[in-house]
Amino acid sequence: MDPTAAAGGGLPPRRRRAPWGDAAFSLAAHAAAWVTLLLLAGIIASLVVGAWPAIQEYGLSFLWRSEWDPVEDRYGGLVMIYGTLATSAIALLIAVPVSFGIALFLTELSPGWLRRPLGTAIELLAAVPSIVYGMWGLLVFGPILATYVQQPLQRLVGDVPVVGALVSGAPVGIGILSAGIILAIMVIPFIASVMRDVFETTPALLKESAYGLGSTTWEVVWKVVLPYTKTGVVGAIMLGLGRALGETMAVTFVIGNFNQLESLSLFEAANSITSALANEFAEANPGLHQASLIYLGLILFFITFVVLALSKLLLSRLKRSEGART
Amino acid sequence: MDMKVDTPAGEKVKVAVRDLNFYYGKFHALKHIDLDIPERKVTAFIGPSGCGKSTLLRVFNRMFELYPEQRAEGSVTLDGQDILSRRLDVSLIRAKIGMVFQKPTPFPMSIYDNIAFGVRLFETLPRVEMDERVEWALKKAALWNEVKDKLGQSGASLSGGQQQRLCIARGIAIKPEVLLLDEPCSALDPISTGKIEELIHELKADYTVVIVTHNMQQAARVSDYTAYMYLGDLVEFGSTAELFMKPKKKDTEDYITGRFG
Amino acid sequence: MNAAIDFDPAKLRLHRRRKVVNAIALTLSLGAMGFGLFWLAWILFETIRLGIGGLSVAVFTEMTPPPQAETGGLLNAIAGSAIMVLMATFLATPVGILAGVYLAEYGQRTWLGRVTQFINDILLSAPSIVIGLFIYAVIVARFKAFSGWAGIAALSLIVVPVVIRTTENMLVLIPNALREAAYALGSPKWKVIWSVTLRAARAGVVTGVLLALARIAGETAPLLFTALNNQFFSANLAEPMASLPVTIFKFAMSPYENWRELAWAGVFIITLGVLTLNILARVLFRNKY
Repeated sequence: MDPTAAAGGGLPPRRRRAPWGDAAFSLAAHAAAWVTLLLLAGIIASLVVGAWPAIQEYGLSFLWRSEWDPVEDRYGGLVMIYGTLATSAIALLIAVPVSFGIALFLTELSPGWLRRPLGTAIELLAAVPSIVYGMWGLLVFGPILATYVQQPLQRLVGDVPVVGALVSGAPVGIGILSAGIILAIMVIPFIASVMRDVFETTPALLKESAYGLGSTTWEVVWKVVLPYTKTGVVGAIMLGLGRALGETMAVTFVIGNFNQLESLSLFEAANSITSALANEFAEANPGLHQASLIYLGLILFFITFVVLALSKLLLSRLKRSEGART
Repeated sequence: MDMKVDTPAGEKVKVAVRDLNFYYGKFHALKHIDLDIPERKVTAFIGPSGCGKSTLLRVFNRMFELYPEQRAEGSVTLDGQDILSRRLDVSLIRAKIGMVFQKPTPFPMSIYDNIAFGVRLFETLPRVEMDERVEWALKKAALWNEVKDKLGQSGASLSGGQQQRLCIARGIAIKPEVLLLDEPCSALDPISTGKIEELIHELKADYTVVIVTHNMQQAARVSDYTAYMYLGDLVEFGSTAELFMKPKKKDTEDYITGRFG
Repeated sequence: MNAAIDFDPAKLRLHRRRKVVNAIALTLSLGAMGFGLFWLAWILFETIRLGIGGLSVAVFTEMTPPPQAETGGLLNAIAGSAIMVLMATFLATPVGILAGVYLAEYGQRTWLGRVTQFINDILLSAPSIVIGLFIYAVIVARFKAFSGWAGIAALSLIVVPVVIRTTENMLVLIPNALREAAYALGSPKWKVIWSVTLRAARAGVVTGVLLALARIAGETAPLLFTALNNQFFSANLAEPMASLPVTIFKFAMSPYENWRELAWAGVFIITLGVLTLNILARVLFRNKY
C-alpha cells in the first residue's frame, strides 16, 4: 500500500518537504549543547596545563606560601587568596542583611505602584558595569572613606591592642575594607533580586493564614516566609558570594595592588586573585611567573565552581515546586 | 466475528478501531476498544472526566507520540490502512486527519499565514491559488466575511470564537478527510458555541467528524452517532437518537439521565 | 454582661512589644531600600557630573592621547569596543539560541539536557577573568599575539551562556497546545520549533540578546590579556585592539589629569549605553507580554 496515495480525494500524492530538515536541525541543536560541556572541559584543561609548572614546583603548599617575588622567581598564593576571601567576606557581611531588607521591602511593604519602579531600579544597579564601581570607588568614594571613616577610626581605636592592628596602615581609602565595601554595593542588587524572586514563591494562602492568626508583617516574614524559602535564600547568598569572589574591576581599582601581607589590617594595600591577574598577567614572563598566576586562576575557578554549584542545587530544589509548561 | 463492535448498519466505515489499549506509563487508560467511525457523519465521544475520550481521539492522529511515556497497542485503520504502523510517516497521517483543540491556538502570524501554514507544508501553490485556498477555508469556517479585510492582521487580534473558527479553517485548508474536535467549544461563550455547532453540521457533508464533548446536550444536538465511555471502556456505541432515547445499557442510561457524572 | 473585649495586661504587653519589633524591622527594611537607592543615585550622579565634564566633540573624533597631552579623545577605544562587542554578539547568538532550543525542545528529560543546564548556569556566573585566561591559553599563546579576534572570542564565551538561559526560559513558557496545533497539521518538528515556537518567543529571545550585549559592553577583565589595548586606531582584528573598558582602566589608574578626564567620559558613555540597552530590552519585553 502506498502511504502517500490519498484515498477518496483525488489530490496529488503528498510528499514531505525537506525530509532531512528534522535531522539537520536536531543535529545543530545537540551540537550547540555539547559546546557548553566542551567549554567547561576546555577551561579546566587549559588552566591545569597552564598552571602545571607552578603545580609541579609547589603543589598544594602554594596555598599557604606568602612570598611573591617575580625577581627571584618565588611565588605563593596566600596573599591573594586571603585578599579574595577577606573582601568577599566583608562584602557579604554588609550585603546580606541589606539585601534581605530590600527584598522584604519589595515583597511586603512597598505600595503596589512603587514595586515595579523600585524593582527596576535595583535591577539597573545590577546592570552597571563593574568598572564604573571601581573607578567611582577609587576617585570618589575612597577619599571620602579615608576622611570620614578610616582616619576617625584610627584615631579612635588605633592604640587598642587587637582591634588597632586591624585599622593600622595609611588611611588613604584603599585596601581590603574599601574593596569589600565597593564589592558589597555591587553584589547587593544580585542578592536582593534573587531573594525577592525567592520570597515571591511563597504561596499567598500560606501568608494569609499567618496574617489571619494575627501576626505582624515582620512575624509573617521571619516565621513563615523565611523558613519556607530558606533553601532559596541560602542559594541566593551563595550566588552573591560566587559573584563577589570572581569580581575583578570593582576590586582592582581600590585594593592597592600590594603583594605582601605585612599585617592583617583592613586599611593596608593588599591583593586579590582577580586583581593580581588583572595587573600582572599581561606582562608576566612565560615560565613560573605566568604559571603561578594561572595557578591562582585555577584556584579561583575551583572555589567559584563549588560555590555556584551549591547555589544552583539549592535554588533548583526550590524551583522544583513550581510548574513547568502545561 | 467481533460481537462487541456495534457497526452502524449501512454506513461506510472510515476509521476502524480494533482491540486498542492505551497506557500512560503503567496506567491502563483505554481498555480493548473496538469501534467503527462512519464516514461523513458526526460521531461524538461522551463520558465523565477521565473516561478516556480525549485520549482515544488523540490516538487517531498519533498526538500521543510527542510524549514518551504514552503508548498505544492495537489496530487503528483509516480506509483499511493501518495508521499506527511505525513505518508510516506521521506527518502524512496528520495531513489526512486534522485536529482542533480545546483552547484556540492561533499561531503568532497573520490570519492569512495561519491558514497558509499547513498548506505550505505539503503543496507549493502560486500566490493566486493560495489566496483562493485561504478564502475557501475561511468561507467553509464561516469566518470569511468577518476577516476578509484584515487578512494581514495577527491571528491573536480576533475574539475567542473567531480564533477557534480560524483554527477550524486552518485545519480544513489542508483538505483532510477526518476532522477531530477536542472539546472545541469549552472555552467559548454560548453564541460562538452556537455558530460552531452550525459549522459542524455543514462540515459533515465533506468530512468525517469526531467530536469529544463533556456537554451531553451538545452531543445530542450535533452528532449522528455517539459513543459513551467510562473509565477507559467503551460502554455503548450507537446512533445518537437510540443512545439517548433507548440506551441499551443501564450504565449509559444512568449517565444520560444525570444520575452520576 | 461583658460586651467589651477583655484582654489581660500580660497579653497587652506582649502585643505592644510585638508591635514595636515589627515597627523596628519595617523601618530597617525601609532603611535598607533607601541605602540601596542612595548608592545608585550617588554613583549615577558622580558618573554624570564628572563624565559630562570630560565630554566634548573631541572625545568622539580623536584618538587616545599620550599622557598630559592637550587634546585627545576616545575614538579608537569606542570603535574597537563597538567592533568587538557586535562581532561577539553576532557570532555567539546563533550558538546560544540553538543550545537554548535544545534544552527546551529536545533535551527536556535527557542527561545531556540536565548536565548542560547545570554547567551553563555555572558558566553564567563564572569569573570573567578566567574566561580571559582560557582564551589566552588557547588563542594568544598559540598564535603568539594579542588580537581583536581573541577579544571577540572571550566576549562570545560570555554571551553564549546568557543567551542560552534566556532562550530556554522563554521557550519553556510557550504552552504545549501551540506546539500540538502545529504538529496536528502535519508539521515536522524543526518547522514547529522554527516557525511557531521560536516565533512566539521572539520578543523574549531578542531581549535576552540585548541584555547579553549590554553585559559584554561593560566587561573589562576578559579583554585585558586577549585584545590587550591599542593607542592607535586599528580595524585589524589580528592586532591588539583598543576597547573602552580597558582604556578606562589604564587611564583611571594613572596620575595624569587629561587621562583621568577621558576615563570619566568613557565611563559615562559606557554607563549610558548599558543602561539604555537594559531599559530598551525591558520595554520591548513588557510590550509583548
